[in-house]
Amino acid sequence: MTDLGTRARSAAGNRNTIVVAALIVLALIYPSIVSSLQSLPVIGDFVPATDSMVVMIVFTTMAIGLNMVVGYAGLLDLGYVAFYAVGAYTAGWFASEQFSQVSINIGAVGIPADLPGIHVSMWLILPLAGLLTLFAGIVIGLPTLRLRGDYLAIVTLGFGEIVPQFVRNADNLGGFDLTHGTFGITPIDSMGFGAIGARLGLPESFRQSSQRSEWYFWVAVVILLITVFCSVRLRDSRLGRAWIAIREDETAAAAMGIPLMRTKTWAYALGAFFGGVAGAFYASFKGGAFPADFYFNISVFLLCMVILGGMGSVWGVLLGGMILGYLNVEGLATIGSKIQSTGLNFDPTKYQFGIYGIIIVLMMLFRPTGLIPERRHKIEMAEGVHDTPFYDVQLEGTLTDRDQTND
Amino acid sequence: MGGTLTRLRGASVTDLIGLSLVALVVFWLAVNFVKAPAEFIDIALIGLTNGLIYGLVALGYTLVYGILQLINFAHGDVFALSGLVAWSVIVNVIGLDEGSSALVVVGGLLVTLVVIMTGFALFNASIEKVAYRPLRNAPRLAPLITAVGMSFIVQNISLAIYGVNYRSVPNFIPQTDAIHIGSVEYSWQKASVLFIVIPLLVILSWFVRSTKQGKSMRAVAQDTEASAMMGIDVNRTISVTFLLAGALAGAAGIVYLLQFNMRFDTGFELGLIAFTAAVLGGIGNLTGAVVGALLIGFIQAFNEGLGWHAPGSDWTRSMVFGILILILVFRPEGILGEQTPEGA
Repeated sequence: MTDLGTRARSAAGNRNTIVVAALIVLALIYPSIVSSLQSLPVIGDFVPATDSMVVMIVFTTMAIGLNMVVGYAGLLDLGYVAFYAVGAYTAGWFASEQFSQVSINIGAVGIPADLPGIHVSMWLILPLAGLLTLFAGIVIGLPTLRLRGDYLAIVTLGFGEIVPQFVRNADNLGGFDLTHGTFGITPIDSMGFGAIGARLGLPESFRQSSQRSEWYFWVAVVILLITVFCSVRLRDSRLGRAWIAIREDETAAAAMGIPLMRTKTWAYALGAFFGGVAGAFYASFKGGAFPADFYFNISVFLLCMVILGGMGSVWGVLLGGMILGYLNVEGLATIGSKIQSTGLNFDPTKYQFGIYGIIIVLMMLFRPTGLIPERRHKIEMAEGVHDTPFYDVQLEGTLTDRDQTND
Repeated sequence: MGGTLTRLRGASVTDLIGLSLVALVVFWLAVNFVKAPAEFIDIALIGLTNGLIYGLVALGYTLVYGILQLINFAHGDVFALSGLVAWSVIVNVIGLDEGSSALVVVGGLLVTLVVIMTGFALFNASIEKVAYRPLRNAPRLAPLITAVGMSFIVQNISLAIYGVNYRSVPNFIPQTDAIHIGSVEYSWQKASVLFIVIPLLVILSWFVRSTKQGKSMRAVAQDTEASAMMGIDVNRTISVTFLLAGALAGAAGIVYLLQFNMRFDTGFELGLIAFTAAVLGGIGNLTGAVVGALLIGFIQAFNEGLGWHAPGSDWTRSMVFGILILILVFRPEGILGEQTPEGA
């Protein structure tokens, strides 16, 4: 048994090493081969540009963060877009001219040193955004995570709606302009290596560099790799195993001494962390944070990535995220233009969320474990889980047993 | 013993916070009432009208949740599609307009009601059959996620047929006042909601309380396995529940269309409001759904209409969700108590 397990694990380990190596190699060379790939006959039109790849990777990173909440811990979060928003606005607050009352510059690149506003280096903003989002996750999670699964879904959806409405309306909070309302915060500073990097031949600021897309792409790949690494390590950690135990049987997990609230809150907060980092990075890439970007459909889009790839399966979500990210950024438009060139008047981009809806329903009906199933999740689907939430059991206990003893 | 004490103290603190929030709202309403009584009543009547519409949709959520413990996310979109199809029926097929006589308007609306309610009852039941029934024994997240997907599919059906433009019907119901006391006014157009919704609520209440089918619905909601053992056809009962919910959504679509304009995504926001109403009243509890919907209707109307320190329509969605979150945190069983196997 042990032998088998070890062998399976080392086989999986080998496979993972190969996948990671292939990913890294592809990432290093992708920008230089993309133009030759695009000139290929037939499939060339379907090869995404480097800019599109950045967007795909950003959303895949978020999907992997969401997978910690939905896939590992089994908590349906329909408001993940809130964390994306918090991350993007963190970048907006600390790396733009939004607060022009002050003039602070901590290592920001590509701007005059005396530009008003808070300008912190984007390298610091990424972890800062992650931490702020993690904190937001704890604040949202603490009161709500004790709710049972479906109520949690609707409450997270609620936060996912409140946060964008707040940023849209918070341009006049008692006369103070916090978010610049519907116009959003723009421009947000570029990433870059500053004057020190320039001496080493690296671009001082990505945006002013001729290789803007390439550099953003490489940084995105690094963020994605870190996220994947953390995600895999977390899954195998004590905390990750606790998440999976809760997903499978909350009551049994609690009986085994797993603190439910703390464990769930960590799932929520750590999942949020990566959403925040990706959001801040994306804000810098786009050069702005706009409230119109944060709507419910994005949460469902990310959820669809997780479902398509396989809940709980990092590699699956990576695949699902890249597929759907591609469809979202370029694929549907390309397919649409192909359809329209045959004379049919059908624009798939208009119905993209209907298409994601169909993917979700079909996957749930016919392959609920996703494209690359996670082993345990597959077993759960086959054997069923005991997912009556613990607090109901607790409540039933207080209503019946205790009353009887008091009588 | 220590645990019990902590729990008791915890409960009283949350109760205190909850009560003080309610007191604050009551105070705010009282100040507004004293400042402008006539306007206050006008706004309350708007709240009543909207609340009844929300109630119809909320009943659909609560019926389905009561029996399957499933948040049927697609329900709001079924409502929106029904309203749009009703628009086609009223404008293109029957052709009601400002010049139509009262008899034609009433007859036309009755025909529309019957057609739309029947059609969307069947539509809703087929959604259940195709998308939810195969997942009945899957982990609970599975049908919930499917419902989210279904919601997008239905929304895109509306989009494909009706595009992105808002649709509204001509004012064939007179805007003149049905009631006019002092400076308080209530138009026939708003009153039409009462004439449609209240009979429907009476019929629904009779159906659930007195018919055999209604009784088996309640039995299945209480305990699916036990009712199956007693010879109740569970699948059929669940189908009937979805038929009822679909018919109510259809009626709500028509009533909403008579008041407002709507388009493919109207159902999203309204669905969320209605679900909040259902939770507020106590999910699975039919009376609760209507009471909760009326409360939400009033809160929304007061928030958007009152003059003294009202946050305004920019914040409506946040308000509704804020209420939902507060209710779920402080009193998850709702105002009137939930009626599900888990809650009861």
